[in-house]
Amino acid sequence: MSTATPTLLDVRFGQGVRNYLNEDYGFFSWLLTKDHKRIAILYLISVSIMFVLGGFFAMMMRVELLTPEGDLLTSDTYNKFFTLHGVVMIFFFLIPVIPAVIGNFILPIMLGAKDLAFPKLNLLSWYLYMIAALIGLVVIITGGVDTGWTFYTPFSTQYSNTHVFGTTFAGFIAGFSSILTGLNFIVTTHRMRAPGLTWYRLPLMVWALYATSIVILLATPVLAITLVMLMLERTIGVGIFDPALGGDPVLYQHMFWFYSHPAVYIMILPAMGVASEVVAAFTRKKIFGYSFVAYSSLAIAFLGFLVWAHHMFVAGISTYSAMIFAFLSFCVAVPSAIKVFNWTATLYRASVSWQTPMMYILGFIGLFTIGGVTGLFLAALGLDVHVTDTYFVVAHFHYVMVGGTVMAYLAGIHYWWPKITGKMYPEWWARLAALLVFVGFNLTFFPQFVLGYLGMPRRYHAYAPEFQVLNVLSTAGASVLAVGYILPIVYLIWALKFGRPAGPNPWGAVGLEWTTSSPPPKENFHETPVVSWDAYDYPAMMKAMGETQNV
Amino acid sequence: MSDVTEHGHGHHPFLQHHFEDLGQQHEASTLAMWGFLATEILFFGGVLMAYWVYRISYPEAWALGAHQQNTMYGGLNTIVLIISSLTMALAVRNAQLGSSRGTVLMLILTLIFGSTFLGIKMIEYHMHYTEGLFPGTHWNPMLSEHARHVLTMHPELGPKLQLFMVFYWGMTGLHAVHMVIGAGLLIWMIWRAAKNHFGPEYYGPVEVMGLYWHFVDIVWIFLFPFLYLIPGAHT
Amino acid sequence: MSQEHAPHIHITPLWIYIAVFLALAAGTLLTWYASTLELGALNTPVALLIATTKAILVILFFMHAIHSTRLTWVVIIGSFLWLGTLFVLTFADYLTRHWAIY
Repeated sequence: MSTATPTLLDVRFGQGVRNYLNEDYGFFSWLLTKDHKRIAILYLISVSIMFVLGGFFAMMMRVELLTPEGDLLTSDTYNKFFTLHGVVMIFFFLIPVIPAVIGNFILPIMLGAKDLAFPKLNLLSWYLYMIAALIGLVVIITGGVDTGWTFYTPFSTQYSNTHVFGTTFAGFIAGFSSILTGLNFIVTTHRMRAPGLTWYRLPLMVWALYATSIVILLATPVLAITLVMLMLERTIGVGIFDPALGGDPVLYQHMFWFYSHPAVYIMILPAMGVASEVVAAFTRKKIFGYSFVAYSSLAIAFLGFLVWAHHMFVAGISTYSAMIFAFLSFCVAVPSAIKVFNWTATLYRASVSWQTPMMYILGFIGLFTIGGVTGLFLAALGLDVHVTDTYFVVAHFHYVMVGGTVMAYLAGIHYWWPKITGKMYPEWWARLAALLVFVGFNLTFFPQFVLGYLGMPRRYHAYAPEFQVLNVLSTAGASVLAVGYILPIVYLIWALKFGRPAGPNPWGAVGLEWTTSSPPPKENFHETPVVSWDAYDYPAMMKAMGETQNV
Repeated sequence: MSDVTEHGHGHHPFLQHHFEDLGQQHEASTLAMWGFLATEILFFGGVLMAYWVYRISYPEAWALGAHQQNTMYGGLNTIVLIISSLTMALAVRNAQLGSSRGTVLMLILTLIFGSTFLGIKMIEYHMHYTEGLFPGTHWNPMLSEHARHVLTMHPELGPKLQLFMVFYWGMTGLHAVHMVIGAGLLIWMIWRAAKNHFGPEYYGPVEVMGLYWHFVDIVWIFLFPFLYLIPGAHT
Repeated sequence: MSQEHAPHIHITPLWIYIAVFLALAAGTLLTWYASTLELGALNTPVALLIATTKAILVILFFMHAIHSTRLTWVVIIGSFLWLGTLFVLTFADYLTRHWAIY
């Protein structure tokens, strides 16, 4: 443990100061690390690679859809591309990204702890993710899979001639990675908070990650058993979803969506956590209605488990159960709306700072609202019959997943980049990228609402000629979006070497992570912090920080 | 009494450095195991839910399936597993009391009874396999005398009997996999207990092992009536 | 810095473990016996009741839940409740269909 107290200059410029990045050198110090911060960076690299891979499949689809005829890809290949786009983006990007990258890095620091409760399990999580990703890559190289990321039976079990087993096995392994992360977060939050850090003093990011972890813990195992039964049927030729035996394919859908609906809350809850942090930091205010925002995370986690069959309204479930699920789906919108109201109320009469993270989060609030409201369209039973399996659904979920989660992730990456790397990113380029992402995103996906309403079905490589103009707009938007996503990869890597050194608190924000150096020391804090202030308590914190910065 | 020595900087050798003290470490590991068991409840619960959907839809086929089971072996296995749960609980107790020998003895007994369970299960599996009751390409229930008798009169039950057997092999198979993993973990625990790692101030791993083992026992407590004692099967 | 504290130990008396074991064994015999009786619609609830009781005994005494923290109780009860939502809402579909499964 370092005994020399760094001077302010040392802390500000990070030179010669021991931190988690320069603590150990060498390949194996990274591959065998138990430091949650290094594991977060390992995830950052892997997840980014998977994002590019998923994006490649998306681009191929959008290029195919420039023309009404299926002329670029055969229908079988197109099926594989939309399947792989979904599988890669959902299981290997959206589900892990914010918890494994941002959560792993920041949660222990926000709790004032030295690490997560189980550092070795944390490393195992990453290795399981990598094994799953490798299996997925082998599947892709050897011919892919064409069932849709939903693997509906009996096509996936009886008829598809592609690598269903391999893909579902990869998903099974990835599920364990997810579960271990969730377990780690829950135990750490319960048992490793610093002295004085009561639940109601926690940053809302912690509440969000905690709620996410509960969902992970309770939903993922059901996907696991469903995939096991699917793999069993694929192997022995008969199974519990097999109509020839008296099985019900709809039962598969029940079990699959019991996980996959809460899965979308796994994707959005951490994003909402990031939103709370960024809104507080760039308005320099306490989040309006802190306890409402905290409890709404738990409410979303709970209610999110009760709505899954809204993905099955036309699959053959009974009308009565469809009505129940439709009603419950309306209910789940309420806690999300509460958050949007509270963020908006925080912005009211605030002095808003238009830095890049804030730009992304303001975009997030708007786009998530559109995505959420269109979800209500889909929850309305009668309307869903018209737009189900059309591009309306595609637009809805991209608004929440991309306009929501990805934007919030980018906000979080920019917000915590100085803490993670000790360097500032170039603000001008970052704002340009944010703008391109916002414009490109809307140009890509808004036309898809119209297309869906007009009747264009999803998962088809060809469409009726009258839909072409909107499809061309959508592809054009995707190209802009792609540029917007490539820019951060370039300038963030550039900033590693050439970025302006960041001090412990470049944003002047309130939070335990901003009291330690940038980058933090390996053990996060030189001394265990004792917390005596509320979350986002700007006046009290500035006073305390003024004192520690003179140490 | 545990004779673990400190390793040079004044604290218990098995205290991990990111924890404040052994108490925090113990609480964290037991909470984590309970959390993991929660995932297992949902894991087994998923297939149990599917089992019940079909049980209420195909009661005669389910009864026929249960009749193919050997209730004596199933009941014996249930008792064997309950005994192993007792010995596991006593192993934890011995660790808490600081008796390494007692801990090792009880863990070994647990392993013996657990292995007995698996042995009996293998006998049952072999029986079912030679009677043609393995689903898929080797499915031939006519090799089973009772099944042949019923299926000749009610051939429509054939496919659904196969469905039942998918559940039987799947659920008991999953359970057996968990037992095998448990047996491996028991061997590790026996080795550690024999090296006097455990005592009143550090018995978390034995307790956590116990939690896992008892959970696997609970799964079987439900599987036994569900697969062997279905109404209409043995009347 | 917090004070050093060792794990909280509650050592269950031996007789409780033996008593629970005997109850579990008796329950096994009972459930087998009940399955040989013609109880009609009651056969299934009786079997479930016995199995649930056995599970509760294992959880409370073998797994020491009776001496565990409130948080442990929340985890146990919560996971069964969550499983319950899977059962209830799925059966809400199957029990209100007017057609056979397949």
